[in-house]
Amino acid sequence: MDLSAINPAVLIASLMVAAVPIMLAATGELVVEKAGVLNLGVEGMMIMGAVCGLAIAVEAESPAVGFLAAAAGGAALSLIFAFLTQVLLANQVATGLALTLFGLGLSSLIGQGYVGIKPPPTPRLDFGPLTDIPVLGTILFRHDPVVYLSVLIIAAVWALLKFTRAGLILRAVGENHDAAHALGYKVQRIRLAAILFGGAMAGLGGAYISLVRVPQWTDGITAGAGWIALAIVVFASWKPWRILLGAYLFGGITVLQLNLQAAGARIPVEYLSMSPYLITILVLVIMSADRGRAALNAPAALGRNFHASR
Amino acid sequence: MKRRILFAGAALGLGLTLSGTAMAQDKTKACFVYVGPIGDGGWTYQHHQGLLAVQEAFGDKVETAYQENVPEGADAERVLTQMALSGCDIIFTTSFGYMDATNAVAAKFPDVKFEHATGYRRDHPNVATYNARFYEGRAVMGTIAGHMTKSNKIGYIGSFPIPEVIQGINSSFIHARKVNPDVTISVVWAYTWFDPAKEADAAKALIEQGVDVILSHTDSTAPLAELAKTPGTIGFGQASDMAAYKPSPRVSSIIDNWAPYYIKRVGAVIDGTWEQTDSWEGIASGEVEIGEITEAVPAGVKAEAEAMRDAIAAGTYHPFTGPLNKQDGTPWLAEGETASDGDLLGMSFYVEGIVGDIPK
Repeated sequence: MDLSAINPAVLIASLMVAAVPIMLAATGELVVEKAGVLNLGVEGMMIMGAVCGLAIAVEAESPAVGFLAAAAGGAALSLIFAFLTQVLLANQVATGLALTLFGLGLSSLIGQGYVGIKPPPTPRLDFGPLTDIPVLGTILFRHDPVVYLSVLIIAAVWALLKFTRAGLILRAVGENHDAAHALGYKVQRIRLAAILFGGAMAGLGGAYISLVRVPQWTDGITAGAGWIALAIVVFASWKPWRILLGAYLFGGITVLQLNLQAAGARIPVEYLSMSPYLITILVLVIMSADRGRAALNAPAALGRNFHASR
Repeated sequence: MKRRILFAGAALGLGLTLSGTAMAQDKTKACFVYVGPIGDGGWTYQHHQGLLAVQEAFGDKVETAYQENVPEGADAERVLTQMALSGCDIIFTTSFGYMDATNAVAAKFPDVKFEHATGYRRDHPNVATYNARFYEGRAVMGTIAGHMTKSNKIGYIGSFPIPEVIQGINSSFIHARKVNPDVTISVVWAYTWFDPAKEADAAKALIEQGVDVILSHTDSTAPLAELAKTPGTIGFGQASDMAAYKPSPRVSSIIDNWAPYYIKRVGAVIDGTWEQTDSWEGIASGEVEIGEITEAVPAGVKAEAEAMRDAIAAGTYHPFTGPLNKQDGTPWLAEGETASDGDLLGMSFYVEGIVGDIPK
């Protein structure tokens, strides 16, 4: 094995790219869960974003328009979830699972005509001379705009939840919806907004797969990224910056295992391929070992429906 | 009471389907099972071109049917049974992983002909196998790869560690090293025939390792899409021409042309002359074609590659000609000796010079 062939700078740069889809989706889901809603349909919304983003980007010949359409597509699907759980008070777990299955099927239908078609390329941001700085230039200044956007969104969500009144209200709704209702906040409307945001973020994450990472459409292209995003929210104990950490960890192992293989590591390929998932499970086990603390961090009203009459 | 009505309904329905099959008997029905979507732009796309050619060649005399995205394994058996029941006269199963399912279903339907691509098991008289000598195409690609690499590192995205893929890796490497003694090859196993995301990731990892020429043995165009993002790297169309990525990164391609074989075999079913065969054709018969070598390749290299293609077609050159040693240094082929088909079909070792192990 020739480990020297693995260039750490390139590896870090590429793990940042690999982490973007799950990071975006997990950030969206964090906001949703902070509002007290458990939407297990992340995978479905991601893949809807992936297919809408690709289809519209191809038609409009613009990746930017594609990303916008992806956010709209993901949000549109999440609207179904919002209607079922917030208006009809359906069970959130079952509805979320159904949303994933529905999203997978619908995306496959929409994607029929787009299999094997090349989307327009997403250009890198041009940082001029900064790009040529050794190591740092490779890691930080050679990405497309979405990589930076995903970090900015985490920062924005963190600031919103921590410092603003809107963030406080969102958290109040997620911790105790009865109290929030008594204070005069529109619980359902706030949750609706959170669900839509979650859908849009998942859609963006999905589009990053179909427009940048692969870039192509195929059935089931998200390949479980939505579930990883859900796991990362728990891993992050509902704290925005830890999502960045979790996503980079997962992305890092994903990239590292392929690089190890290409470098000829004498570890069976099967172990390498399962390592990202294995480590996600391990970390989740460690995180939940201290039950009291894990429960403290979870929004108290998570997964519970609210009706004003109760 | 209700249940009885249900049964009656079911019986009626069954009767209708049976009579439907009987009526369709005057037409020969050719069915195809695909491992990926037709839109993969590679392997499955080419098989579907074969189906279309059959339809065009026989017109009204045949009826065709196909199913895409059939997973290899238990699901394939279900699909095959369904097809056999629906009146297919000949069923082409177009992936290595359908081998067990094909033979299992063939045992139950002795009147239906089964044609299994790239396999070696013919357990029943109604199972034939067919394959193409892809390694002949790999020899030409390997020659181009050896000349074109600047980093002296070429990469190979393998699907599964089966003889067909190992032949491809060995053939590519032997011919790259023949023209460039410093060349090394890195193999990444994707463990899938069709998963664009995985294929793209594998290509990316190889590029990060300094590889600048990638050969892929998977079905999608994703590796080429990944190569297109990195200037100075090239790859090849696999299974299909993948002309959308011309002139670079796709500098040439191996094209599987199944149409003549499919027309011949469906014709044999119509004539009633179908017999179990084991077909393994290559460049000479046109089953393996070399796609246009683009202007990204220097004229001298292009001429050398084309000369090799013509020599293989003429039968004057065999890609596995000795002296060749196995990876561990033990002799395999003596000077001038060529590999037997049996050796190739069971190939489970790398040739000397390749680093790394084949996963078990």
